[in-house]
Amino acid sequence: MNLPSSNSPRSIFEKIWTAHLVKTLDDGRDLIFISRHILQETTSAQAFESLRSGGRAVRHPELTIATQDHIVSTEPGRDESSNPGGLELLRLMRANAHAHRIRHFGVDDPRQGIVHVIGPELGIALPGCILTCGDSHTSTVGGLGALGIGVGTSEVEHVLATQTLALNRPHTMRITFQGPAPAGVGAKDLILHAIGELGIAAGRGCAVEYAGEPVQSLPVEERLTLCNMSIELGARLGLVAPDEATFAYVRGREFAPPGDMFDRAVAAWRTLPTDTGTRFEQDVVVDCRGLAPQVTWGTSQQDVAGIDQCIPDPSSYPSAQRRELATAAMNYMGLAPGTPLEGIPIDVAFIGSCTNSRLSDLAAAATIVRGRKVAPGVRALVVPGSTSVKRAAEARGLHHVFREAGFEWRDAGCSMCVSINEDLVPPGARCIATSNRNFEHRQGPRSRTHLASPVMVAAAAIAGATTDSRRMMPA
Amino acid sequence: MRAPFQDFSGIAARIRGANINTDAIIPAAWLRTAHADLGRGLFARWRYDDAGNETAEFVLNREPFRRARILVADENFGSGSSREAAVWALMQFGICCVLAPSFADIFYENAFRNGLLVGRIGSDVLADLDVAISAHPQAPVFAIALSKATIAGPDGTLHSFTIPRSRAQALLRGDDEIAVTLGHLTEIEAFYKAMEQSMPWLYRSPGSGWHSP
Repeated sequence: MNLPSSNSPRSIFEKIWTAHLVKTLDDGRDLIFISRHILQETTSAQAFESLRSGGRAVRHPELTIATQDHIVSTEPGRDESSNPGGLELLRLMRANAHAHRIRHFGVDDPRQGIVHVIGPELGIALPGCILTCGDSHTSTVGGLGALGIGVGTSEVEHVLATQTLALNRPHTMRITFQGPAPAGVGAKDLILHAIGELGIAAGRGCAVEYAGEPVQSLPVEERLTLCNMSIELGARLGLVAPDEATFAYVRGREFAPPGDMFDRAVAAWRTLPTDTGTRFEQDVVVDCRGLAPQVTWGTSQQDVAGIDQCIPDPSSYPSAQRRELATAAMNYMGLAPGTPLEGIPIDVAFIGSCTNSRLSDLAAAATIVRGRKVAPGVRALVVPGSTSVKRAAEARGLHHVFREAGFEWRDAGCSMCVSINEDLVPPGARCIATSNRNFEHRQGPRSRTHLASPVMVAAAAIAGATTDSRRMMPA
Repeated sequence: MRAPFQDFSGIAARIRGANINTDAIIPAAWLRTAHADLGRGLFARWRYDDAGNETAEFVLNREPFRRARILVADENFGSGSSREAAVWALMQFGICCVLAPSFADIFYENAFRNGLLVGRIGSDVLADLDVAISAHPQAPVFAIALSKATIAGPDGTLHSFTIPRSRAQALLRGDDEIAVTLGHLTEIEAFYKAMEQSMPWLYRSPGSGWHSP
């Protein structure tokens, strides 16, 4: 066997993984220590129930936090009982957290918010840590150079009981974006384009590192957006090497290391980026030169094209399977091949979700919305990713901008992305959304979803139809 | 401790379409309570019309597939959301085994955690199973033998599926994964202590909230 020597070049993924490796098990899996665990109400109740019936304790409550995000009402001024259908799971989250001495940021807490928004925002997710959460978008924290692993409820229980996971070591994949990316094109466009090019199963079994100048030049919050959609590539893990921008982002956050400890941490974090000469099992390049803002037209994230393109003819796909999927998607979406992606009338515009609900997302959308009105007949809503984001946006007056234009300005939660609360797209209605999934019925029975960036959704809300946000950017 | 996996014979149903996601397997509307009837919710948007009546054409609404215990699917089954309720819904309906060319990562892990057998099959085996199910519309009964990783068709033809040997053994023993891991507890806690020294900013930041709630 040809084992790499200790000084052979390593990727950031390998460095973090190895630093958390308790041992390799007899079955070949790695037992990985989990440095941070975040709980939410819809995937933890059964884990606690099972823990209780097994007579087991939460081993490290001090490494665990909980919040309420998925099923909470986003009605302004809401409380735990505002969405009666969510009360059972919300109460269970609070009670379980309390019983096991887990810090809980419920709807009454100023730090409440979507798990993947508050993790970075509070300094809970840190470069070089391994964080798990019972949600597939946990890879979001990869934007800080952390390993975020989305897990199911049994694995939530496993982490609660042992603070570890037994995992097959993922394969390594690097996606290098070749730039420069044009002005008006952001992280959401980059990742949608990559999914379109590579397909929704390209990253299965892999830890994906995103690289290239267009990635390095992204602000930290956009790196979170990029890594958020790794699961939409099929990858459980996605990350970006941390740099000075990352360290500046982390510094001073509530749970980030303070003072000298922060400087020690930064010294270590500087050694995380992938070494020159590291080999990846898959190493692909995605060209984003000349890229237009992206919008999906189908029921899978790989059904995507630039706003200046037309919906493809299914017969243009070489594989029979893809032809079938595209035809079914167009039927569901009520769209015909050859239709320009620009000018499709929309009924709902949703700005929110763990993909695009941070302050910079809302600020970008506001630049389009300012001084304009939502088109008649369109329901437009902004759902900040966290209560902190909402506060910060209001301090900048963004709520006035949105409200004056005719947007709803709601309280923080997952809302119309997963539609497990009351925020549904009506049957047959067409929604343009900043979220991450355009699956059949995702936003409600027979809902039709087009995914795009915050500026694209804002522009569509104003125009009443999909449109090129670049033409509405202030000079 | 979970019940050890038992070899069984049962009806196999063919569900078509690549990338069937967990939103399709169990829609979010069924996840609003900790004790929903998930077996009824399985594939709900395909199984029921808007009024809640069964759709005649959906495979699991047809005899004999209403009693299916094996599901034969296309590639990338279980993609999307991490919701483990997708596995629970399949099992509460009565499915004990899903065979497909490939599975999404999180779904694959969730399945093993619940004792749902997930086996990978080549495109040739998928095609053979497809033919065998169609050829026996009254009784498409197949026999699963986990220790040999085989599925026998109604006419006795044997096909293989792929499952890591250690995973098969864990299912056959009925391993409780948490109990197995707790067997390594001394090493886990020693590792944590060492990490508190080597990466104190992650675990022992003075003034941070981690140890001073």
